[in-house]
Amino acid sequence: MSSTAGRRADARTDSERTTAAPGGVPILAVDGLRKTFGRGRKEAVAVDGVSFELAAGGSLGIVGESGSGKTTTARMLIGLEQPTAGRIVLDGADHTRPARRIRDLRARGRLIQIVFQDPYTSLDRRQKIGDCLGEVVRLHFGLSGSALDARVRELGELVGLHDRQLRALPRELSGGQRQRVAIARALAAEPKILILDEAVSALDVSIQAQILNLLADIREQRGVSYVFISHDLAVIRQITDTAIVMRHGRVVEQGQTADVLDSPQDPYTRLLRDSVPHAGWRPGADALVTS
Amino acid sequence: MSALLEVDGLSVELPVAGEYRTVLQDVSFSLDAGQTLGLVGESGSGKSMTVRSIAQLLPPGARTSGSITFDGASVLDLRGDALRKFRSRDVSMIFQDPRAHTNPVRRIGDFLTEAMRVNGRVPRREAERRAVELLAEVGIHDGERRLRQYPHELSGGLLQRVMIAASLAVKPRLILADEPTTALDVTTQSEVMAILARLQREYGMAMLFITHDLELAAAVCDETVVMYAGAMVEHQASSRLHTDPLHPYSAALMQARPEIERRVPRLPAIPGHPTSAFETPDGCAFAPRCRFAEDACRAALPAFERVGDGEYSRCRRAEELRGQLLVPAVVSHEEVVR
Amino acid sequence: MTALAVVAEARRRTRRRPRGKHLSVLGWVAAVVLAVVALLAVFGPLLVTVDPNAVDLGNAFADPSAGHPLGQDASGRDLFSRLLSGARTSLVGPLLVVVVSTLLGTGLALAAVWVGGWFDTAVARVVDAVFAFPGLLLAILATSIFGTGLQAAIIALSISYTPYIARIVRGAALRERSLPYIAALRVQGLRGTAISLRHILPNIAGLIFANATLSFGFALIDLAALSFIGLGVQAPTADWGAMVGTGMAGIQQLEPQEALWASLLIVITVAAANSLGDELVKRSEARA
Repeated sequence: MSSTAGRRADARTDSERTTAAPGGVPILAVDGLRKTFGRGRKEAVAVDGVSFELAAGGSLGIVGESGSGKTTTARMLIGLEQPTAGRIVLDGADHTRPARRIRDLRARGRLIQIVFQDPYTSLDRRQKIGDCLGEVVRLHFGLSGSALDARVRELGELVGLHDRQLRALPRELSGGQRQRVAIARALAAEPKILILDEAVSALDVSIQAQILNLLADIREQRGVSYVFISHDLAVIRQITDTAIVMRHGRVVEQGQTADVLDSPQDPYTRLLRDSVPHAGWRPGADALVTS
Repeated sequence: MSALLEVDGLSVELPVAGEYRTVLQDVSFSLDAGQTLGLVGESGSGKSMTVRSIAQLLPPGARTSGSITFDGASVLDLRGDALRKFRSRDVSMIFQDPRAHTNPVRRIGDFLTEAMRVNGRVPRREAERRAVELLAEVGIHDGERRLRQYPHELSGGLLQRVMIAASLAVKPRLILADEPTTALDVTTQSEVMAILARLQREYGMAMLFITHDLELAAAVCDETVVMYAGAMVEHQASSRLHTDPLHPYSAALMQARPEIERRVPRLPAIPGHPTSAFETPDGCAFAPRCRFAEDACRAALPAFERVGDGEYSRCRRAEELRGQLLVPAVVSHEEVVR
Repeated sequence: MTALAVVAEARRRTRRRPRGKHLSVLGWVAAVVLAVVALLAVFGPLLVTVDPNAVDLGNAFADPSAGHPLGQDASGRDLFSRLLSGARTSLVGPLLVVVVSTLLGTGLALAAVWVGGWFDTAVARVVDAVFAFPGLLLAILATSIFGTGLQAAIIALSISYTPYIARIVRGAALRERSLPYIAALRVQGLRGTAISLRHILPNIAGLIFANATLSFGFALIDLAALSFIGLGVQAPTADWGAMVGTGMAGIQQLEPQEALWASLLIVITVAAANSLGDELVKRSEARA
């Protein structure tokens, strides 16, 4: 399953720098996406001219630091923010504007879902895990009784949660287990696209590996497409096929993840790469781009 | 010459819901002036608790045993003025979240000059001049302007540098850095670490550097202590940690991290989750998650023993397994226990 | 001070914050007092053996005796039975004020937080305007329109207490709404009303209850004050606030029993409500 990430031998030209998967129809296409906050002199541009495509079943990484616009981009994709300009096409249909009617909202929910960074605030602290999953299953598929229970157990199994954990409150679970719940809740809607917004960043390293493996399994089994947002280049390498690098709201580089990380073309991508601690690392030795 | 900081057999118990729970077990290390020691571990490993014990910031009701000696004096016995002097002159602490440790309604200038004006009775003008110098030391060259700003007007990286500048004001001999770059962007982390390293060299300060990032510790610390479930499991020179780990946990932790250079079909995850000292069964705390564990490992807590020159491990098979810890497992152990 | 010294100092100061699952001793005492007072309000009037309104001018200001354990007032009425039967009128009023203002305030705040935009701004403005207007003054104004009596006072106080609750609930609900789990539920397509009632409300219910307890004490004082100046409960109905008022005459004649007993009950109840409410508020804030 890592075959798609193998480094391409051929040299890349600028025109080849695209994240479009060969031959596949994109499940997600974003064109000229722009988001500004405030008006007049106070206007701040959060996202500016972002375009990319994600092939069905593919995994796209969005790399960037704070203020890069990667989270705002995610919020526009799931309909929590309305783009100022540009277009969002999900599974062939235009979804640029957030849905207003509850029916459209739910339909979009069955198309695209999100997992957030903090496993502690991602769950209602008073709701049992099973109820949390059940609420979503009932909402989308109207199941009840034993059919609902069976589906909830199935979702639990998918992410490695046992019955005992389904009966627990979030505070009785570890961070990694809670993140499994958040993933199960997102998958409960059976979406075609899953956005993972720094979804493993807050986890301990040993747990991070478990969740990354779990996500790889789910993608393989279910064919869900991922948009994986992270500041962690090693995680991006492990979980994505293509990647875009964002800075100050713009895309500075995009291409196959292996190419972007192995031979970064943009100075900022190079700086990002060199800033990661490694053997023989001298902090701050790189050209300083001071804020 | 005796060490600047000497921690010996430190154990800490905290009262939780009416009973005492062990959070630190038999922690011992020493730190010389100018040296950096990394404390690495996951949640519950006790790395932050170790630092809090040294700064005497343990929650009320904590029971401590063992000793902490700073410059020949017992830190655990400090009270009143002596404790205040220790905290305000000898030791400085840099935290993960600088914003939580600044007053949002007070200007940077007030924050930086308060100590000088109150403790040192330095006149305002003079204190501000020195504050500008301190900011220059941490790479902030428009100090006059920054002094008049509020914390929310500064980025996380800039604010962390202000915190470092503040801790320099008293020229401490020991810096306790508790995940000082975890909340920062990687490029900012690199800058902040560079500043810390330079200042440490110039001032000859000792630093205890807490992090969950093994790579970062290996890159910036002279020696590294790896902690698990409230106890030290390994202690050796940072330069050898990556190629020659002495404890299965350190090795597993390194292997579990994905790499920038390559994608692997499957990450060798460590099964189960990190535990706290009070949750661990008898025997080696890591045994339930360890692919090298034997029955004997579960019988009694192994001692923290010398393996070689300046090398210590809490694994009873440390010598036998040396050199094999980084060899990939044949069967993914994770599948069995997940 | 270095950051370390600042932290050490802050830690020392916060040590007295309530911890653990259980109430402090003071909290327990307050809760027991409130429970006893509540029992008084329910059963008090049933325990009365002597008619609280029976006038016996011959025994004005009589000392405690077998039939009158606490003595008699200026009109010779039995103080003990007046206090007992006054419990219900004295406590039901503030309870109504708290229930009505909590329901109104919570509903308004949740709606404002969920709808957001101009509606939230409008609610916030109105709430601030009413908040700036003293409740007691509003109540006095109301009695000049609707006439004296408990009803007008309760309506006026309910209105003036609503912004207090609305403010607190709005703040807590805004904080709750900003949490990622709410965003996750929105992305799922859950209705705003369902999110507000099934998720936000249960999570802030503790804080709402705590503040209701706290405002019960204030409402009791305000209603007692109205009755004291003669705008609330009207004679001859027994009421603690009104009894303090009528007892004033006795104080001048060195017969302070009536005012003393009535104010003592008010003070104990208010103190209990305040200490319990205060502790509950601190707890729910610490947990949030």
